[in-house]
Parts: sequence; C-alpha cells; structure tokens
Amino acid sequence: MTAATHVRASSLNARKLRSLLTGLAFISPAIIGFLAFAAWPIVQSLYYSFTDYNVLQPPIFIGLENYRDLLNDRVYGIALRNTLYMVFIGLPIHLIFDFLMALLLATQIRGLSIYRTIFYLPSITPVVAATIVWLWLFNGQYGILNVFLEWLGFQRIGWLTDPRFTKPSLIFMGLWFGGNTILIYLAGLRDVPVSLLEAAELDGANALRKTWHVTLPMMSPVIFYTIIINVIGYFQYFTEAWVLTATRDGSAGGPLNSMLFYAMYLYQSAFQLFKMGYASAQAWILFAIVLLATAVLFRTSGWVYYRSEE
Amino acid sequence: MRASKPLTTPTFSLQPLGLRSRRRQNALMKGFAYIVCTLMAVAYVFPLYWMITTALKTDVEVFLVPPSLFPEDPQWGNFLASTQYIPFWLYMYNTLVICALTILGTVISCSLIAYGFARVRWPGRNLVFLIYLSTIMLPAQVTMIPLYVVFRQLGWVGTIWPLVVPAFFGNALYVFLLRQFMMTVPNELSDAARIDGAGELGIFWRVIVPLIKPALATVALFTFVATYRDFLGPLIYLTEQNQWTISLGLKMFQNMYGAQWQLMMAAATLTMIPTVILFFLTQRTFIEGIALTGIKG
Repeated sequence: MTAATHVRASSLNARKLRSLLTGLAFISPAIIGFLAFAAWPIVQSLYYSFTDYNVLQPPIFIGLENYRDLLNDRVYGIALRNTLYMVFIGLPIHLIFDFLMALLLATQIRGLSIYRTIFYLPSITPVVAATIVWLWLFNGQYGILNVFLEWLGFQRIGWLTDPRFTKPSLIFMGLWFGGNTILIYLAGLRDVPVSLLEAAELDGANALRKTWHVTLPMMSPVIFYTIIINVIGYFQYFTEAWVLTATRDGSAGGPLNSMLFYAMYLYQSAFQLFKMGYASAQAWILFAIVLLATAVLFRTSGWVYYRSEE
Repeated sequence: MRASKPLTTPTFSLQPLGLRSRRRQNALMKGFAYIVCTLMAVAYVFPLYWMITTALKTDVEVFLVPPSLFPEDPQWGNFLASTQYIPFWLYMYNTLVICALTILGTVISCSLIAYGFARVRWPGRNLVFLIYLSTIMLPAQVTMIPLYVVFRQLGWVGTIWPLVVPAFFGNALYVFLLRQFMMTVPNELSDAARIDGAGELGIFWRVIVPLIKPALATVALFTFVATYRDFLGPLIYLTEQNQWTISLGLKMFQNMYGAQWQLMMAAATLTMIPTVILFFLTQRTFIEGIALTGIKG
C-alpha cells in the first residue's frame, strides 16, 4: 500500500518536474532576454551611476557625485520640467481629445471605416518623415499654418521659434499621431453593453449623463491602460523633438532649450559627451520617477471598474 | 439600430413625448458627429496632402507667397531627384533587412515563449508571467547604456546586430498577445495530438501555430511598423553612413540641405509609401490587433 502511493506520488512529482522543465524550455528565450536585456542592465546602470565613466577608460567610483551634479545642473532641470509639462499637460489633452474623437466615431456614423483609416494612418507613418512634414507646416515664413493664420486675420506664430509656443506646438502636432489611442477607445466603446445604455435611457438619462454614468465607468480599464502606457511613453519623449530641433553640430532642444526633453539630454550626455556615469544617474532617476508614477496610478486606481467584480 | 429598438418596449409608449425629443436629440448628435468627424478628417489628411503637393513643386514655387494649393506644373522628377540626393535605395534596403530579421526573431521567439506560458502547466507560471509582463513598463533609457557598453565590447557598434539580436529573445507585449490567442485553443486538440504520440514541440508546430496564424500576422505587422519607424536605436548604433536606415538618412538629409523642401517632401512621401500600402492591404489585422492590445490591458 505505502509503496504504491509512494510510486504514484513520485510519478506525479516526476510529471510535475517534467512539465516544469518543458515550460522553462519554451520560455527560455524570455529568461535569457529578461536577464540580459532587462535585469542585468538595470543593476549595471545603477553601478555606472556611481562612477565617472567615458567608455574608453574603466569606470572610476565617485559615490553620489553624479547625483549631486544633477541637482545643480540647470539644463537638466529644464529638460525635466519640459518633460513633466508634456506628461501633465500634453498627455491629458491628447487622451481627452482621442476619447472625444472615439465617442463621435462610435455614434454609428456611416463611412466609419474611411474615418477610421484617416485618423489611424498618421500614427503608422514613419515618425521622422512625418515630423519633417510638420517642420515644413510650422515654418515661420513659408509654413502653411502661418499663412492660414494670416488669412484668418491673426498674427503669425513662431511655432518652433518662440519659446512660449514650442511645447504647445508639439502637443498640437501630437494630436495628429493619436490614431492608435482613438482606435483603442473605439474598440472599448463597442464593448460597452447596449443593455446598460438602454437602461439608462429608460431612466431618462440624456447623452451627457449616459456617457458620464455608464460609458466612462465601463471604459475605465481601457482608459487606465492608455494612461499607464502613455505616461511611460511621454517620459521617453524623444524622436519628434529631436527631429524638429537637432542641428548639424548635434545640439538640440530648440530656442532657450524649450524643447529639450529628458531622453534628449540623457542621449546627449551618453552618446555625444560620453559621460556614461552621468547619463546612468539620469536613467536611474527616470526609472525611479516612472516606478513612482506607476505606483501612484495603481494606488489611486479606485475609479477603475472591472466588470468581472460584478 | 440602437435608437429604434426601445420603440417596441411598452415602457416607452408611456412617454411618447420624451421619446420623440430623444430621437430628435439622437439625430442631432449624429449630424454633429458627421460634421466634426469630417472637419477633423480633412485636418488629418491635410499634412499629407501638403507633403505631396510640396513634393511636386519647383524650388521657386515652394516659396511662393501666398502658396499655391496645387502645383502649377507637377514636377514628378522631384521624386527621382530626392532618391539621388541621398542614397535612398541603399537606406531603404538597410531598413528592410533590419525589419525582416527583427520580424523573424520576434515571431519565432514570442510564439515559443507564449506557448510555454499558455499551453504548458508548470508551478509558478503565473507569477513568472506577471514579472515578465512588467518589463513592458521599463523605459529603454534605463538599459540603454550598459547594453551599449556590452555591444561596444563585442565590436557590434556600427553593425545592425544590436538592433536585431534582442528580437530573438522575446517581447513581452507580443508574448502577451499570442498567449491570449493560444489560450482560446481547446485543450482537446493538444490532448488528441499527445495521444497520437506528438511531443510538445510537435503540438506547438502542427496544432497551435496553424491555428494562431492571424495573431502571428498581427505581431509581424506591428513589429514591422515599429522597426521601420525606429529612430533612437539606429541613431545610437548605426555609426557608419552606408548602414543608415531611411529614418536616419532623412534626418541627416534635412540637416544638410535644409531649404530643399520639395525634395525633402518627396523623400518623406516615398518613405511613407511602404507602411501605407501595407496598411491598406492588411487593415483588418491592424485594427483587430489594436483592439486586442487595448482591451485586455
């Protein structure tokens, strides 16, 4: 008896072990990838952040000096502030705009697939090519946007030359790239149960109240997802501003560094000045900020309503 | 459809007035949606229209004030000229090579990894998956510098390998997407193959892969678009001019010949064509893929 159960137990364990090994074998690329391209570099960049390192000579340990220098680095402060501007002002504008567009598209208008194509297309065009097009639209002298403003009787704007307008110009341009989020919202809106909307209608709710009390709560997981993804994305904002402002000698950031963003300054520190330790300290502060932001978002996610909890 | 349905329910016949006004409200909403959507659509298309018309102007007409809405005498030769100003075809070739290898690596690695997470039951699987999934949120800047140092020591700076090799080790977002698909495949299919003596790899290849082909296509498409659009990676690693991708080449073109707007617009147009064609050929796959990434998030 005992021998038999023992055999059964060990064969069960053997089977478990086998499936464990099979599973691990299948995910082995992920394990290697996780260790080589995520876990190890995170730790290594923390180490670099305490060193003076120019790639050619071995790193020299200097303790917290990089972090202390960053505190006193005025340009770094500008880059950080500009990035926060995009996260706190640009991002809400984009998400609200995308949500409103999705709401309009969800009114079951005819020709939806044409509208959908038009709004989505810009978001898959190569960023550099599209941004160069915007560089031309924004051109102070010959750009069509200023021509249009004048034609309407307004004054010309220094879209990319007046530090007061540069970041709003980037946000304006960013609306054009928002098709991806519009489609995510549109797909989410189609998942909102019609029965709930009808019930609200029976209770006498108008369109605005239906949206506020039914659509928004039902959409909250999707909205939460887009907030998380975009917060992380905006902290890494790089290509558009780089293409608009980088000059031949490699400097970038636009007038008064008003378009200098965190990832741009980090790139310059690392790959133009080869201050790897300094750049690693920036990377780790960014990492900490992003972790904190995600933690805060998850902690305050009480407004997100998951249907499975019903 | 949605508006007419409640008509048949008795509750509504009790308040005919409210209903009529509500229907009028619905019609109004729809009209409003049409107007706004159409205006926005025009605004969205306009930059592309302006790009193409500028590409067809002469270097004099480009600077005309006020600008002409249509090119007076379309300069189709600008497209050819723009491909000679920069080694356009070389850059395009470089880009497509990187795209092809990246797609290959991503599709192979992600489907294997997804199988391990979706179709093999092993202790600790969910926890490991959650940890793996969290790497989606890791900013590239955090790992950029150590990776650059290592690739430099390997002698890979100035080659395409730093851009391509990581693709062979999975991508958490695409693994997630494929896993979702694989979990919908009934277990009976795997069991039947197992009784026939198939091993796990055999089941993966002969049962699962054929069933999730649409999902694999989605991953391939997304990978193509992401790689084709990438700028920061090539900017760091492709230090030799003859290795540049088209995005890198365009930026350098703009730095060198800033005022040749008609040629830059022509090159930008040509650069957009592959993604636009691909999108029109595979629209469904794209749109379903986006819905998936968003909803399951």
